[in-house]
Amino acid sequence: MTLSGKFSSTALGLIAALSMSSAATSEELTIATVNNGDMIRMQGLTEDFTEKTGHTVEWVTLEENVLRQRVTTDISTKGGAFDLMTIGMYETPIWAKNGWLVPLDDLSDEYNADDILPAMANGLSYDGTLYAAPFYGESSMIMYRTDLMEKAGLTMPEAPTWDFIKEAAIAMTDRDNEINGICLRGKAGWGEGGAFITAMSNSFGARWFDENWKPQFDTQPWADTLNFYVDLMNEAGPPGYATNGFNENLSLFQQGKCGMWIDATVAASFVTNPNDSTVADKVGFALAPDNGLGKRSNWLWAWALAIPAGTEKEAAAKEFIEWATGTSYIELVAEKEGWANVPPGARTSLYENPNYQSVPFAKMTLDSILSADPNNPTVDPVPYVGIQFAAIPEFAGIATEVSQEFSAVYAGQQTVEEALEKAQALTTDAMEAAGY
Amino acid sequence: MARTVTTNRKLINTLIAWTIGLLIFFPILWTILTSFKTEAQAISDPPVFLFFDWTLENYAVVQERSNYMRFLWNSIIIAGGSTVLGLIIAVPAAWSMAFVPSKRTKDILLWMLSTKMLPAVGVLYPIYLIFIQLGILDTRAGLVIVLMLINLPIIVWMLYTYFKEIPGEILEAARMDGASLKDEILYVLTPMAVPGIASTLLLNFILAWNEAFWTLNLTAAKAAPLTAFIASYSSPEGLFYAKLSAASTMAIAPILVLGWFSQKQLVRGLTFGAVK
Repeated sequence: MTLSGKFSSTALGLIAALSMSSAATSEELTIATVNNGDMIRMQGLTEDFTEKTGHTVEWVTLEENVLRQRVTTDISTKGGAFDLMTIGMYETPIWAKNGWLVPLDDLSDEYNADDILPAMANGLSYDGTLYAAPFYGESSMIMYRTDLMEKAGLTMPEAPTWDFIKEAAIAMTDRDNEINGICLRGKAGWGEGGAFITAMSNSFGARWFDENWKPQFDTQPWADTLNFYVDLMNEAGPPGYATNGFNENLSLFQQGKCGMWIDATVAASFVTNPNDSTVADKVGFALAPDNGLGKRSNWLWAWALAIPAGTEKEAAAKEFIEWATGTSYIELVAEKEGWANVPPGARTSLYENPNYQSVPFAKMTLDSILSADPNNPTVDPVPYVGIQFAAIPEFAGIATEVSQEFSAVYAGQQTVEEALEKAQALTTDAMEAAGY
Repeated sequence: MARTVTTNRKLINTLIAWTIGLLIFFPILWTILTSFKTEAQAISDPPVFLFFDWTLENYAVVQERSNYMRFLWNSIIIAGGSTVLGLIIAVPAAWSMAFVPSKRTKDILLWMLSTKMLPAVGVLYPIYLIFIQLGILDTRAGLVIVLMLINLPIIVWMLYTYFKEIPGEILEAARMDGASLKDEILYVLTPMAVPGIASTLLLNFILAWNEAFWTLNLTAAKAAPLTAFIASYSSPEGLFYAKLSAASTMAIAPILVLGWFSQKQLVRGLTFGAVK
């Protein structure tokens, strides 16, 4: 046999062995996820992963709150129902601390973990180790109607203040034509109105806890935040704003009924999509407002993939993470659905790509993400990590109750003072009971 | 003396009944209508009622994205299995309480009902751990057992009410004719209680079909029924109301059809004992 013949047969043997081993280790992965646009797109492209690795995927898609309850029950009891979970920045450090997640410190060189945006990597790490890989990331920013702003005789600065936002909102409001100057979340729930008001309060100098974990709702910055919000919304917000969340405001904005909307950066692709939005070609973007205190009112969030500790399919799960959150997946989505639809906010290289730079909201999304610092979220120092949340297990329950009190103010059922008094009392009780 | 009912009064009563009926049915009707709209029409303000471009696109998307038949089959097995298993246990239990009561029968009945008063989430962790230990997480068998246990108090209570209406003398006569306990329950009591058993069966099938706490929390990919199918179309970040409505319509369609054909038995079952 010649040398080339030997080489060919060796290569053939290797290929056969590799394909056999691949067939022998083919796994079926069960992945829990949320029903957001980017996740749905990923489900539609799963065949590409199966073709490349031989592994198949069973999707369990749930509404966000149901998903949280479901995966928390499973991971805390080591149920093993899922091989991969879609979790956020709130859960990741808490679960990693409890030893519930597999560290992602051995991903391949090809995956290039250093390309993950530093803000995202920090928020999804615990003790310097990455525990969840960001599938898409978001901050919050202002989306505004350029035509209405022009009509009001104003120019939106790239980094406006709350005073300017109030002035513009009042000027843009046209009750006769059902145009509200501003639409903001008011719906109860720590991830809905609670997230917005917490991020907003940071720019007013408020904080949830002082350095000794003492609740701070009895301080002036919280009263200033709530009073400003209520005045602004009563003057320029839509009727019934106390029950408006992301979807309700998205609906209002797409129908041309909001002059400005401050919310998640992922909304930009919805409001600029001419198939769904009546104002697609009249939308401008700006950084979330501040008050000149050094902190803006934008948040930071990522939907990320994590592997529960104890899964028997860890290797296959890591392969999925590398596929779904790697650069080749972004190229796959761009090829099939266009650059405007690739999962945003996770990788630095995406924002260096000239194709993506031409997407109208790309720069503002990146600027918003870069201006958010979950390790130093407030004007005064705090003992917690997180901008629109405090990454402690007790926060979700407490913040849900606090946001209910705030929503009652928005609905006119109680005063700002009463709500803050109740928030202070219930947070103090819960923190004392938790041993802080 | 029988009360005379005037035509006017009949007309008013009919109108009131129809109005209440339509009000109760309206959310379902709205869901069905929304399922035929585009996403933009689904959120339009003012809302469009009947005059819109009807489309089947949402159904096509839902069919393409989800394995509806697998969810449907799981729902049928789980709801049917838990109801039948519940009846097998409840018929003898209700018989003994109705025909050979002890001093504690009333207490037992109340105690059984009291288990329905605990919020389900209060026992989520213990049940989840038991399921892990038994290896029945995300299995239809596990859900059949848990839904049977949840609905058992209602099944026993309903059957007990029906059985109490049957004269004990008939069973005594059967016994005197030499019928064994099994024969007495199977060949004398059951045929007489068929309408009651049928309405109990139907009501519990519907309750199990609609159960959305345990079916969401104890399943993942394999045993998930139609409740999980609906939940997978609810989105906090994105307007997919038309698709969610299509998924909901597909999930409730089988039970709506069943309810329509069995409404006589259902009404009889629900009003049994109200008029004597």
